[in-house]
Amino acid sequence: MSAAEKRPLIEFDEIYKLYHMGDETVRAVDGVSFTIREGEFVAIVGQSGSGKSTCMNIIGCLDVPTSGRYILNCEEVSSLSDDDLAHIRNRTLGFIFQQYNLIPKLSVLENVELPLLYAGVRASERAERAKAALERVGLSSKLKNIPAQLSGGQQQRVSIARALAGDPSVILADEPTGALDSKTGRDVLRFLEELNAEGNTIVLITHDNGIASHAGRIIRLEDGKVVYDGPAGVEGSVVTDTAPQTAEGEVAG
Amino acid sequence: MSIIQCFKLALKSIWSSKVRSLLTMLGIIIGVSAVIVIIGLGNGMELYMTDQFASMGTTTLNVTIMGRGSSRQASVDDIYQIASDNPTLIKAVTPTVSGQGGIKVGRDSYHGTSVTGVGEDYLAIKQYTLAQGRGIQYSDILGRQNVCLIGSYISQECFNDNPLGKTLRIAGSPYTIVGVLNEISDSTQYSSDDLVLLPYSSAARLFRVGTPSSYTFDAVDKDHVTAAKAAVEDALFEIFGDDDAYSVFAMSELLDAMTDMLNIMITILAAIAAISLVVGGIGIMNIMLVSVSERTREIGIRKSLGARKWDILSQFVIEAGTTSAIGGVLGIGFGYLLSSIATTMIEVMLQESLTVTPTADSIALAFGVSVAIGVAFGYLPARKAANLNPIDALHFS
Repeated sequence: MSAAEKRPLIEFDEIYKLYHMGDETVRAVDGVSFTIREGEFVAIVGQSGSGKSTCMNIIGCLDVPTSGRYILNCEEVSSLSDDDLAHIRNRTLGFIFQQYNLIPKLSVLENVELPLLYAGVRASERAERAKAALERVGLSSKLKNIPAQLSGGQQQRVSIARALAGDPSVILADEPTGALDSKTGRDVLRFLEELNAEGNTIVLITHDNGIASHAGRIIRLEDGKVVYDGPAGVEGSVVTDTAPQTAEGEVAG
Repeated sequence: MSIIQCFKLALKSIWSSKVRSLLTMLGIIIGVSAVIVIIGLGNGMELYMTDQFASMGTTTLNVTIMGRGSSRQASVDDIYQIASDNPTLIKAVTPTVSGQGGIKVGRDSYHGTSVTGVGEDYLAIKQYTLAQGRGIQYSDILGRQNVCLIGSYISQECFNDNPLGKTLRIAGSPYTIVGVLNEISDSTQYSSDDLVLLPYSSAARLFRVGTPSSYTFDAVDKDHVTAAKAAVEDALFEIFGDDDAYSVFAMSELLDAMTDMLNIMITILAAIAAISLVVGGIGIMNIMLVSVSERTREIGIRKSLGARKWDILSQFVIEAGTTSAIGGVLGIGFGYLLSSIATTMIEVMLQESLTVTPTADSIALAFGVSVAIGVAFGYLPARKAANLNPIDALHFS
């Protein structure tokens, strides 16, 4: 599949995010540009402090860039109000978090219904769509349970179901396997690959090269700059240092 | 998110921490029940007072003529003329002539019995009713007949409840009993039932007074008492040309003054009780602030999933409002309970029946105020929640 033929979904054009800490200015994102097209599975990789979290916040419309243009789904979102950003998060984005971020007091079903609730979907349709999403992740039998009664892997599947329920254009996964053991983590990744195969656009944020290698394309960030943008499994895609090639890169690749 | 959804969420949140919610509501519960009991007590006192005064006649005016410093005298006809000149204000009038005498039935003397000479409308003005016989008639007055009405005490004590046609003596003169009044209080000696009523003309002769100097007017209703009083005063001034020559006293004015005083007292007490509503509101604000910081992560999650500021704001405001509304309802129930306990205690301890009656107004007011307080004091924490930055909120632990 040639990604270039598809419609651009996420366009970063010279995005800067600066933080002022006393007299010092921290350039968390320092002039980043890339385009992610419909149907792509992209991993944004970097060590802590590389700016990947800030990038993910901006992609996820949780934060706005200091300067630069961010076009999401053909809409300029760099300068929207909080409520407009909330609306875009609700309609366009599905989040999968490292810590699952389920609301502990709500049942599994109610958790999955949340994005639909804020979208103003009627109660009956809400339950129907949430159940369908939970069936897709294989948790139809746990509708009434509260998150604490589920295993970590199951909780992460609930959060995937929640991300799917709103039928978003982009699924944004922030270290989705970070809190899971390696086997469960692999299951989650396989599931993301499946979703991608069905045509969903997935953006995965991770520090882990092994996980990033599941994506079709890798964007590597260091010190707020893009140092690699290209297919996975290619030389240079998984380096961790500023030096172009290391032994670790070869192992992970 | 719909309002109904917010309510469900609020109830769920309140229910999931019952003890804390109850403690939060406590201030509101105490405040609302205190306001209800105090207003109920005030109402009960007012009803009790009105009741007591009603038996003394809230529509009556008592006129006393001293005739001091005036050469003119007012005849009975002059006074009756005042009543017939003001038919829209005054329903009836009667002279009253009282004196010392004591009565004698056979060989027994009764010194405590009150003897009063009255006009034919006296019974109607006093709202007394006849148990037997007839009342005093115009012809009795005109002819200075030696007839009398007796109270239930005399009837039972001296005549075995069969007094009609029999005689009793007042200062040596015999009077034929033509009627018996129904019981007014409790048919004991010295009570209102220990009385004898004569035609005022006969009483005037008996007590050797020329012209009656006391009159009782009856206004058409409670609302016209003040106007009737003014009319009577004007007419008397016309006759005497001196406002020291007479005095006009309305029982209802005393009642009004006392009711006003009572209302002021109750308002002050209710205002003091309402302070605890404000304290309760501050309690709600405090808990909501704690709740917001405890649920920062939840707020972050909700925001990341697309909750707008308004969604978060209304969720917390409705939660605070619901908490105080439930507190209000519990307070109303508690207030009712206290009211009935107070009623029983007053009855047992004071042998007076004073019913503590919470009014619908006071209940609606107390409930409304408690909801308003919840919403007002919930607003600040809710706004804090709504303005949280989703990134910070998500990373809060």
